[in-house]
Amino acid sequence: MMKRFSLRMATAGLAGLVLASLGPAQAAEQVPPPRFNWASSGIFGTFDRAQLQRGFQVYKEACAACHGIDQMSFRNLAQPGGPEFSTAQAAAIAADWMHKVREIGDDGQPTERTPRLADRIPGPFANKKAAEAAHGGKAPPDLSLMPRARSYERGFPWFLTDIFTLYQEHGADYVKAFLTGYEEGKETPPGTHYNKYYPGNFVAMPNVLQDGLVTYSDGSPQTAKQYAADVTAFLMWTAEPHMEQRKRIGFQVLLFLLVLGGLTYFTKKKVWKNVEGHA
Amino acid sequence: MQGHSHYVPTSGIGKWMDSRLPVPRLVYDSFIAYPVPKNLNYFYTFGAILSFMLVSQIVTGVVLAMHYTAHVDLAFNSIEKMMRDVNYGWLMRYLHANGASMFFVAVYIHMFRGLYYGSYKAPREVLWILGVIIYLLMMATAFLGYVLPWGQMSLWGAVVITNLFSAIPLVGPTVVEFLWGGYSVDNPTLNRFFSLHYLLPFMIAGVVVLHVWALHVTGQNNPTGVEVKDVKKDTVPFTPYATIKDAVGLIFFLIFFMWFVFFQPTYLGHAVNFVPADPLVTPPHIVPEWYFLPFYAILRAITFDVNLIIFTIPSKLGGVLAMFAAIAVLAFLPWLDTSKVKSSAYRPMHKQFFWAFVAVCLILGWLGSKPAEYPYTVLSLIFTGLYFAYFLVVLPLLGLFETPRKLPASIADSVLGKARSGGAPVTAGAAAAPQTKG
Repeated sequence: MMKRFSLRMATAGLAGLVLASLGPAQAAEQVPPPRFNWASSGIFGTFDRAQLQRGFQVYKEACAACHGIDQMSFRNLAQPGGPEFSTAQAAAIAADWMHKVREIGDDGQPTERTPRLADRIPGPFANKKAAEAAHGGKAPPDLSLMPRARSYERGFPWFLTDIFTLYQEHGADYVKAFLTGYEEGKETPPGTHYNKYYPGNFVAMPNVLQDGLVTYSDGSPQTAKQYAADVTAFLMWTAEPHMEQRKRIGFQVLLFLLVLGGLTYFTKKKVWKNVEGHA
Repeated sequence: MQGHSHYVPTSGIGKWMDSRLPVPRLVYDSFIAYPVPKNLNYFYTFGAILSFMLVSQIVTGVVLAMHYTAHVDLAFNSIEKMMRDVNYGWLMRYLHANGASMFFVAVYIHMFRGLYYGSYKAPREVLWILGVIIYLLMMATAFLGYVLPWGQMSLWGAVVITNLFSAIPLVGPTVVEFLWGGYSVDNPTLNRFFSLHYLLPFMIAGVVVLHVWALHVTGQNNPTGVEVKDVKKDTVPFTPYATIKDAVGLIFFLIFFMWFVFFQPTYLGHAVNFVPADPLVTPPHIVPEWYFLPFYAILRAITFDVNLIIFTIPSKLGGVLAMFAAIAVLAFLPWLDTSKVKSSAYRPMHKQFFWAFVAVCLILGWLGSKPAEYPYTVLSLIFTGLYFAYFLVVLPLLGLFETPRKLPASIADSVLGKARSGGAPVTAGAAAAPQTKG
């Protein structure tokens, strides 16, 4: 087994090495997703609380039956910079959660209990094997990091201009486009569905988001498009719960450095004033 | 520069210490009285910037190590936990991950500056070679560090790079198993990579000490390439002149650094590394970090066996040899360049070849990010040839055929010439330096 695995890695390594062509050559062209507007983009971007709350609702009602968000705890739902449910609301969400916390009881037997605020949000499956068994051998991926774990090729010169325009929602744009990218009436291999934006187009996940699937209480449009935007925004937050803090501190740091840099520069001018050849 | 200590201890403790372990004298001579050419431009602040980056990487790295778990089942989640639940853990991680890239930005500017002004020439050969060793250690450290988050690119990058060693004839496979600590990239590999990633920066720090020591023996080169003749006229003391100038350079470099840390923290990484490592799923496109891309292009440029009559170099070994040669050739630079003139400001032809070489490196970097298929493989081969041609053909021959411009008699002369004409350079070549003022 070990030897066979070693051979497998060596072959793959060799492929990556000399014939890295194999991968990309086989991978089908990926259609770049359209650009969407995100409340969280730019230097001063912050999440739209109401949107994150709706997004959580979409995750809970449309995604959580198959996908976990293992990196998140219920307490995170109440922390600053996120959907900011009240602590009581977050505790109620935990108590009502559809999946139980699986643990080993005092008698040494596997047992289940109702989640509490401090618990990680339990996913649909006890373990990876169970998830694979329920989905034809391939476990539905965890969604915690999804907008960061996906991207698309920007190409020259856009990958350079992105540094200055601060476009970094490549993954979010992809996820949203993917969720609404299903097309009917295409020839697909058995067990797959046609998605315009998925690399290779044939994806095991069916088209889940249908108009009217989730009932919003704040009067937002109950369309697949809106659901996709909301749940993607929510996942952008789960991928980086401290984004707002990061941008806020970043602005202060840059302001400080610019002032310090200016002062230091003029100090330098003064110090060098009497050196010949320097103004 | 060495051996002319003007340090006079004033306090009683200072005198007592000076006759026992003269550390204050060392600091005084190295960072206060040390004479620096007065015509250095801002490209000469990158030494200080690099020192700062090394310290920054070690400090943030030590903190990260307190929260990191080097185990294949736990590594990925331990980092995510740090990003979420450790106070400012996200900041430490972004500083460290982006800091690695910034370290390379700074080192590449530092190296190209050395190439442009001929800083590797006598008497600074050892100084330059120590720099090449630091660069090599940096590459090893960066590679080991990228494996630690144990995402998909971490794992598969490790698979590809460790497999390079399997190209070594006869002992290759044994060497690779030794590196892996088993029969595949697995938990023992991650453990030893973590250990080595923690060790190497301190080795870098050691070589940096030698690098700075060698610098202080020979004194700094400068944009004219003319050696210091009169310390009084040609130089200024390190403090306050170089210190304040290094501070300006560092702060503006930090602004660039912080832009990435706070506003584009994942720009320089790969999205697929946010997917936990899976030995059973190969990512469609395995690419190294941007700073390795030119070498990656050279590695993949050799797609054919080289038949040398007595024996054949298989394409894989050929690629590995070419890649290592591309780094090793730097160490021989002091003897490959035959020109007596150091600075490109006075070498009209070399100046053009230098910028062509910069372009070759950038294009190789772009090719390294492309899949190894036509036409990229052919282009890679052409530009690999051009890369080596710069060192092995251009530099040796240029010294024989090029007519350099007239050098100024001294550093003071070149500076005065500029000052008299109201800032416009009189010496023909001085205008060519990317930045002569400062």
